[in-house]
Amino acid sequence: MFDKDRWQEIFNAIKQNKLRSVLTAFGVFWGIFMLVTMTGAGNGLINGVTDGFKDFAANSAFVWANTTTKPYKGFRQGRQWNFTNDDMASIRREIPEVDVLAPKLQGWNISNGENVIRGLKTGSFRVNGEVPDYNLIDPNEMVYGRYINDMDIHHRRKVCVIGERVYEVMFEKDEDPVGEYLKVSGVWFQVIGVARSKNPNINIGGDKKEMISLPFTTMQQSFNYGNDVHFFGFTSRAGESVSETAEKVTQLLKSKHSIDPEDLEATGHFNVEEQVKTMNYMFLGINVLIWIVGIGTLVAGAVGISNIMLVIVRERTKEIGIQRAIGARPWTIVSQILTESVFLTTIAGFLGLALGTLVLHAADMAIMAAEAAKTSEEGTFFKNPEIGLPMALIALAVLVLTGLIAGLIPAQKAIRIKPIEALRHE
Amino acid sequence: MSNSIIRVEALHKSYVNGSNSLHVLKGIDMDIQKGEMVSIMGSSGSGKSTLLNILGILDNYDAGSYHLDDIHISKMNETKAAKYRNQYIGFVFQSFNLISFKNAMENVALPLYYQKVSRKKRNNLALEYLERMGLREWAHHLPSELSGGQKQRIAIARALISKPKIILADEPTGALDSQTSLEVMEILKEVNQTGIAIIIVTHENDIANQTQRIIRLRDGVIESNQVNHAFHLESVEVN
Repeated sequence: MFDKDRWQEIFNAIKQNKLRSVLTAFGVFWGIFMLVTMTGAGNGLINGVTDGFKDFAANSAFVWANTTTKPYKGFRQGRQWNFTNDDMASIRREIPEVDVLAPKLQGWNISNGENVIRGLKTGSFRVNGEVPDYNLIDPNEMVYGRYINDMDIHHRRKVCVIGERVYEVMFEKDEDPVGEYLKVSGVWFQVIGVARSKNPNINIGGDKKEMISLPFTTMQQSFNYGNDVHFFGFTSRAGESVSETAEKVTQLLKSKHSIDPEDLEATGHFNVEEQVKTMNYMFLGINVLIWIVGIGTLVAGAVGISNIMLVIVRERTKEIGIQRAIGARPWTIVSQILTESVFLTTIAGFLGLALGTLVLHAADMAIMAAEAAKTSEEGTFFKNPEIGLPMALIALAVLVLTGLIAGLIPAQKAIRIKPIEALRHE
Repeated sequence: MSNSIIRVEALHKSYVNGSNSLHVLKGIDMDIQKGEMVSIMGSSGSGKSTLLNILGILDNYDAGSYHLDDIHISKMNETKAAKYRNQYIGFVFQSFNLISFKNAMENVALPLYYQKVSRKKRNNLALEYLERMGLREWAHHLPSELSGGQKQRIAIARALISKPKIILADEPTGALDSQTSLEVMEILKEVNQTGIAIIIVTHENDIANQTQRIIRLRDGVIESNQVNHAFHLESVEVN
């Protein structure tokens, strides 16, 4: 493949008009550069967003009760109703598709004002009742201590797990909070741990950093919620559709509470699986858009190369004629033009690839620096802009292909030159 | 096996340009022997360049027949035409037609490149041919650094390197002064002595007179085809 005479011709063609070659190559350079930086940015967005919920159980849903909107079995419409502990037991018993079931309490009425007190420190935080299994739906990592366990539930222990923000406000820096007491809405609770959610971008029932979690049973008893369950999360077993399971669950609840099965407003639910699907479609959309724009730009560059190759062929008409007269076969000429086109595209594309990667790297460094310097606890939605090796290989293949296609028309034109006409061409 | 290198019978060629048809060659018959040196003369428009192009397989013809070294040359694909051109024919042009970015040696070696001869071998051979042309020390110069006569000698070396059976020269001295023309003709005659047939298209009587036979074309037909006695006298004198 490496043939000095061939390359001599290529370099000669490029050298003879340096500015023109550079400007032409710039088209392809820009195409690849755009493709690389945009794909990188897209990946950055996807990484940033998914990082915020990647550990959240994707096969989960949350269900809550709303006011009824239809009269049924003698009950009027507009009735308030609540889930109960019995409902949870029924779901467990009658719907085998449900895997994890985590009832929750939400202490709206006890989260008013400065409801948390420790010595001279006070704060206003949300209070939730949780079961240990909730950690399977929305996993936490423990900064201090442990999460709520079955013993806490069974003995209705007065313990609590606090969010990071609660720890910051109620404790000294680096103080060990485990074993300390907080007065939450008038009742003393012993702190057993500080939790940091692995999914900071999904918050259900308040910001998790500002949350105090009590054992579910303790909260029912201490704050007079009786048998109430405010809402619950569940996951479906592997292979079961979350929306179908949610439908079964709500129908069961409606029949137990004498609610019209047709009353769609009486229960609300949030299907994480659906959300993840939607999100994935959105990411797919972003990717498709990036590729369309990137390939489009690249095509524009390729057209430029093709155009300039036509000019080169025209300029070299006489030369090609001479070569043909002294025995160059058409294939010799075609491969010459194609090599030239691919060479120009690949060099330009490589530079684009290199600069694109450099820019992404710089952006990555800048983001990491910004993150390190950041004081507020805002979640990031942009992380690790990058392109992988497969992407780089695809780009390379696309380049060679582009070069070949760009060279095709000029090459066709070159072999259509009759030597005799070329020799007449002065 | 005949002794003719080129045999043309009742050759016709017309150019169609839109609705106009221009009948350029109107039945050419000619026979050129191996090792012969022939000139083709004629005013412009007489069809001599067209004839040369057909002989050089650079153009095709409409009717009649053309045998090159007893091979019937008819419509063929370009790859095959390129092969025949490379093997049988050496071209010498009025405007030299050297490749501007290749040095003398590389220009001479180019036909062998198309035969896939290795670089070292073809360059050595090219140097040998340049030596014969007395241009050994100019081997690494670009055409733009050479005089017209030198360029034409390089072109001749290039035509010879593939060991052709025939050399087609289109006004080989048209761009040269009379002294250089003489030198170039001497070289062509020397080449002819080695047994390679030469056809020279020219409109200069001086040049034509140095060949063995003069074919005169007028309006697409052969007007006369005579043995040039001056040449024989000259060769007798030389011998």
